Amino acid sequence: MEQLPFTSASFDKFCSEKKLMAVKCQKCGTLMVPPRGLCINCLGDKLEWVPLSGKGKILSFTVIGVGPSNMLNEGFNRDNPYCCGVIQLDEGPRISTQILGVNTKDPSTIKIGTPVTADFVTRGSFALAPEVACVKKTYLAFRVA
Amino acid sequence: MANIIKKRKLGRGVAVVGFGMSKFGVLPGQSNRDMFVDAFKELLKSVDKGIDPKDIEANYVGCCGAWNWETQAGVGKWCTDWVGLVPKPSTTIDNACASASVAIRNGILGIASGMYDIVLAGGTEKMTTLPTEATTLVLATGADATWESYAGYTFPGLYATMATAHMHQYGTTPEDLMYVAIKNHANGALNPKAQMNYSIAQWMEMRKQKAAKEGKPVPTWKDEMEFLHDNSANPMVAYPLRLFDCCPITDGAAVVLLVAEEIAKNFTDHPLYIRGMSQTSGRALHNRDTLTCIPGTQIAAQQAYDMAGVTAKDIKIAEVHDCFTIAEVMAIADLGFFKPGKEAATAAREGKTALNGIKPINTSGGLKCKGHPVGASGAGMVGEIWHQMRKEAGPRQVKMDVDLAMTHNVGAHGTDVVIHIFERRG
Repeated sequence: MEQLPFTSASFDKFCSEKKLMAVKCQKCGTLMVPPRGLCINCLGDKLEWVPLSGKGKILSFTVIGVGPSNMLNEGFNRDNPYCCGVIQLDEGPRISTQILGVNTKDPSTIKIGTPVTADFVTRGSFALAPEVACVKKTYLAFRVA
Repeated sequence: MANIIKKRKLGRGVAVVGFGMSKFGVLPGQSNRDMFVDAFKELLKSVDKGIDPKDIEANYVGCCGAWNWETQAGVGKWCTDWVGLVPKPSTTIDNACASASVAIRNGILGIASGMYDIVLAGGTEKMTTLPTEATTLVLATGADATWESYAGYTFPGLYATMATAHMHQYGTTPEDLMYVAIKNHANGALNPKAQMNYSIAQWMEMRKQKAAKEGKPVPTWKDEMEFLHDNSANPMVAYPLRLFDCCPITDGAAVVLLVAEEIAKNFTDHPLYIRGMSQTSGRALHNRDTLTCIPGTQIAAQQAYDMAGVTAKDIKIAEVHDCFTIAEVMAIADLGFFKPGKEAATAAREGKTALNGIKPINTSGGLKCKGHPVGASGAGMVGEIWHQMRKEAGPRQVKMDVDLAMTHNVGAHGTDVVIHIFERRG
């Protein structure tokens, strides 16, 4: 089967289709999110895209009130903070994302180990140039059920 | 990672024979090159037996954000020009917050290789030109912009995520971290060049006086802990880190003069010799096995101790990377000074890392109080070691004799680590 390049642009394309895909090394079987052009474990270059279940749990997190401009533009601020953290996926890889469906006004209610499922958010880009920052993209996120 | 640990040595010895730094703080009207000139002028005065600037053969300048804060790429060459060193080679180095330490390392390597005998190295950063939200974005570029920052991570947010994990794994408390801030402020209060040149108690008093002067209700905090728990006085920046867990945004420059060991005594009778050094790289948070330490620090520490032929016990004092209070807790464990977890987390609370504790840490006030001009900070750390080892630290001079000391400088959230171990002989 023909494979999209093992790049972030391909991952973005999958996200725009609301698919969470990992790169799998055909030599050692390691799964990678984010995608890489060489295996993180064995540097093998025989790779393939495989779908993930989108199931995982919160490995750690923070709640941010003073965000960079890409988050401020989405209406987040001290009175409306957002949560982001590291997600441990059931299949093994870890990924940093925004975490939805939690009470960011009281971060003590958010617990490490809480199960989450993949979700997708559309917002402006992380960029300094306004011409780039205003470009909306669909990003991977995770949501507490 | 054990396969990358190998005993290393310099081709020939290198010594520090001079140090200078600008004021650290919010310095309106002072550009990178202006601050660099201030640091350079102080460096010239610091060389006991004098130095002719014409003898300096190369300049390595750490700076990681001038492309944005000053709309200037490769700012090092303009610093080189402004201190009269053109046409000497000038290299601008960006390793995020470890830039100056990487610059110093490259200066050392340049001398150790035999290429140069006398090198200037350090860094500069002008950070206060933009509104806070834009600076927040610039600092977030220090992380993986594609796979971390996009998620909304700020710089405090990355360390906050490590703090959450540390609290979960070891039972570390917000109060443990607050004691780190109290300790570093106590040291910073004794450092006239520190941006936050006051203890937390002094800051509380200033706040009370300001409120009284403005006819506002005067706060009634009974002690530092009550102040640090006050959401209006010490707001949450990135849970669980509050404002006083974070270093400030700082303008500043600092430089060291490096020379070949065999000519060091031409410049001073009290040089500091490079006894060990190391540099490591690291991965994004999600590509690490653990979130409760900086793996690159552990590896770098082992390499530096191995090169120096010493252990953590032999290091008398250290300037460690405390951009956030949790960073100091992780550093003193990763460097082997204290056991990971509770012992490291309570070291400040128990006075072990205080100015005259068993292992004084960040006697300068650390990045937390001295300030953190990101591209210059590593050189600022060497300055504190320079003053302490030469017994020139004034009111913050430690009582013990410091014959062996360390600087530990982290880039971003652990993606670069640079360690230098300095020795004073006799």
